[in-house]
Amino acid sequence: MVRAVSDARLLARALADPASIVGLDADGWTRLLTMARAEQLIGTLAMRLDGLPMPDAVNAILADARSAAEHGRRAALWEAEMARRALFAVDCPVILLKGTAFVAAGLSAGQGRSIGDLDILVPRASLDAVEAALLAAGWEWVKPDPYDDVYYRRWMHELPPLIHRDRDRMIDVHHTILPLTARITPNAAALIDEAWALGNGLSVLSPENMVVHAAAHLLADGDLAGGLRNLWDIDRLCRQFSDEDPDFYLTVMEAGHRHGLWNEVGRALRLANQIFGTPVKAYHSPITVKWDERPKDRWFRRRITARDGWGRPTRPITGLAFYVRSHWLRMPPAMLARHLWTKWRKA
Amino acid sequence: MRHDFSVRIGPVGFRIGSDWRAPITELESLYRDYPKPHDGVADFTVRLFARRSWRRIIRPSVEIGGDYMLPEAAPLPLRQGLLAAEMAMNLQMALGARRYLLLHASAVERDGRALLMTGISGAGKSTLATLLAARGWRFMGDEFALLDPATGLIHAFPRLISLKNEAIAAAESAWPDARMGPLLPATPKGDIRHMVPDTRAITAMDTPALPALLVFPRYGFEPETRPVPPAEAFVRMTQASTNYVALGEAGFRALTGLIADVPSVAIDYPDGASAIEQVEALWSAL
Repeated sequence: MVRAVSDARLLARALADPASIVGLDADGWTRLLTMARAEQLIGTLAMRLDGLPMPDAVNAILADARSAAEHGRRAALWEAEMARRALFAVDCPVILLKGTAFVAAGLSAGQGRSIGDLDILVPRASLDAVEAALLAAGWEWVKPDPYDDVYYRRWMHELPPLIHRDRDRMIDVHHTILPLTARITPNAAALIDEAWALGNGLSVLSPENMVVHAAAHLLADGDLAGGLRNLWDIDRLCRQFSDEDPDFYLTVMEAGHRHGLWNEVGRALRLANQIFGTPVKAYHSPITVKWDERPKDRWFRRRITARDGWGRPTRPITGLAFYVRSHWLRMPPAMLARHLWTKWRKA
Repeated sequence: MRHDFSVRIGPVGFRIGSDWRAPITELESLYRDYPKPHDGVADFTVRLFARRSWRRIIRPSVEIGGDYMLPEAAPLPLRQGLLAAEMAMNLQMALGARRYLLLHASAVERDGRALLMTGISGAGKSTLATLLAARGWRFMGDEFALLDPATGLIHAFPRLISLKNEAIAAAESAWPDARMGPLLPATPKGDIRHMVPDTRAITAMDTPALPALLVFPRYGFEPETRPVPPAEAFVRMTQASTNYVALGEAGFRALTGLIADVPSVAIDYPDGASAIEQVEALWSAL
């Protein structure tokens, strides 16, 4: 029998070690599937468990999830192609980010992954031209609020979200990977210079920068909602890239250092190792990289696995602490006060 | 969650969790003749919960959640908890179903063949389905007809029949022995009362049927029957399907197959008796 686990470690274990599902009873399956849906990992789980023995009802649910993921993959690639065509005349690199990049590059991190918006990275100098080209090709503003609009343009790492009027799909146009107000300023020009061309006019971040971006997204921006999926991305990317480059963990830590994200990349990889068993490798030269657990890792794990078998978020106090942390990371205190005051008056 | 209940409606298993006992008691009673989900594993989870713990007790207010959610779903008072559960279950189907093309239509069956009726709210598709069922047709569902892209068959989804306003009295006189849920006055959709489909609808719910006729009824007009051209029927059905886009190519093939194989007819009708007559005439002319 499988020992009852009451949080999302049940899901993490099924993803990392699919054979662990052997012995799940009907309640266990129900909890697992519900958690996976809530964490937007049902398609990923379905790909991981494909072919294993399981009840027919579960098999049918996971088959649905696989076909939904396949449809989502096709739609995401089509959306990327639409953006490529719209931006063809703008003379700048267009770099796919996150899920769309994973499926466009054929990475294992893309297998079954749910993909929502299209995220792209372009040079900041080209932002106006990109915006104009997208508007001309049928994308429209989502947020009509003037405060939000100015806020995005002055302080964020992306344009206000645009939605396509016919296809009803959102695009997030980034010019760097963290808000401009954040304490850390990654080197956006280097991310763009080092990008890998896919050969169809679109690019993806280099392997180490993909992991740096995922770590920044997980730990330096936001309250870790949906963190399990981000961490799974990191696990898949690292496993694949370290197979291809034995010193990938060295490369990725050096990249983290260059972007001011040494601590975040280190913590993300430690958490991936602790939760998914990602095979990290220690170094003593040319730099020292150690993977021993740090005291605070436990709090991040508590946050990332805060989900019950009904799909509900749990541990509200931990969640609140990470919510406060996210704003603290995102902007200086005086600015935060001004921002919350404006938002509160409008609410 | 504190209270929970599982049920299977047609091919779809649901698990409903609730912070309160009352909605679960009502579900247990109304769905008592239904089976449990296949293998004990529900396809969808639904949650009825209090946003703040004190709202369990003081002016209890039922929030709707589950695997699939709409951000703006308004809470309902606890006495409408059954309605909240039904809405949440419908929402899972509308947003989450992938195995079948969901047609927003009522369906009845005779001799292994299905009659589908679709239209805007108020067109009478629920009422007509219950009236036909009272005359010997097998009731397959009043909200969603499930079209299997692999086989072209219609699967039944005979959930509780949600009667609204004047339809409540009409159904009560057509089915004097039917089991009814509590009358829910003044809901966001008017007065609502849930009716348990007849025994045959429940015992035969795992038997699919080949679609034979697609009807677009319209209530409040002089009797008239006219064919609907395939292109119009196709477009109207894409609008009447909640997951047509999500199914992609499979949805397109399933729907074009249905429209090609089955005649589409619009009927205008002034009252139930007239509609029954028109439908029976169409059916015997097939």
